[in-house]
Amino acid sequence: MMKWVFAGLIFFSLLFGIINGDVAALTEAALSEAGTAVTLALTLCGIICLWSGIMRVAQKAGLVEQLAKLFKPLLIRLFSGIDPNGKALGFIVLNISANLLGLGNASTPFGIAAMRELEKEEGTGIRATNNMVIFVVLNTASLQIIPTTAAALRLKNGSAAPMEILPAVWITSLAALVVSVTVAKLLGVRGRKKL
Amino acid sequence: MRVSDFAVPVVFVFVLVYGLFRKVDIFGEFAEGVKDGLRTVYDIFPALFTLVMSVGMFRASGGLDLIAALVAPVTNFFGFPKEVVPLMLMRPFSGSGAVAIYESILQQNHPDSYAGRVASVILGSSETTFYVIAVYFAATKVRKTRHALPAAMAGDVTLWILSGLIVGLMFY
Repeated sequence: MMKWVFAGLIFFSLLFGIINGDVAALTEAALSEAGTAVTLALTLCGIICLWSGIMRVAQKAGLVEQLAKLFKPLLIRLFSGIDPNGKALGFIVLNISANLLGLGNASTPFGIAAMRELEKEEGTGIRATNNMVIFVVLNTASLQIIPTTAAALRLKNGSAAPMEILPAVWITSLAALVVSVTVAKLLGVRGRKKL
Repeated sequence: MRVSDFAVPVVFVFVLVYGLFRKVDIFGEFAEGVKDGLRTVYDIFPALFTLVMSVGMFRASGGLDLIAALVAPVTNFFGFPKEVVPLMLMRPFSGSGAVAIYESILQQNHPDSYAGRVASVILGSSETTFYVIAVYFAATKVRKTRHALPAAMAGDVTLWILSGLIVGLMFY
């Protein structure tokens, strides 16, 4: 899919460049943005290394498992008919906990394992089950408590208070999550009646 | 002093003290984590580079302004900053692409401007929706994802609308 995004950006750049009569600006942009990409990567490198360090300590201290224990009772309610002692729920809670801490590298493998276990537990062939949809929707919502990337780039570009957006991020994330899960639950009921 | 000022220091102190309490070699593990972080940057750099460069060319050609001008009648109606629309379009597909556009927005508009803040809230409270759905279902034999996409999009639309409203309420 990304090859089309890339192709589209370059193609339309040239097209608009010709229409606006400023093709030279494209060469300049390509060269200067190559430099921007490097500085951007270095800025992100700082925050990613810092956060990876802290979160590696959190992981080794068993914080992901602690959080998982905390969220398990809540998550059981969300997944109707799931085996409370099954592997699927185990991976689900680990995935959600890793997401909350912003551990992208750890949450995806847990998430994929959770999908496979859900398939084993309640698989119905090529149709997604309601619980699979709920789980995927929890992952398309942003659960990360601290938006590190946004904060780092705000700081880089001269924000007076990079973290001031935190409460707004929490409110919008939570609202989006509630809407997504509610829609998933409502549409899930409809799908079941058809079966 | 705001709640948000405490978030990072509190997390640091809590995690490190908890680590000591659980007898973790916090220095060694922190350093190992930094190495993991370096590897992450190494992995995302090629995509990030490609997208920063192509988004930069697209912006120089006037493409980003054109998108903003096209959507302006709709966004003005909602009081939403039009500069942020390209970020909304890219976000569901690509994390690196979203970062490239976000950086471009912050360079054109101050991070503490209305557009800068709304862009920050959108980047911080959304995920790469289409990418996540594709990757997670690809791990199974499921080919009919049923209502996964509509439910996920309902959440995204909610946060697009709310981000402008909440930033307006909290900062202005």
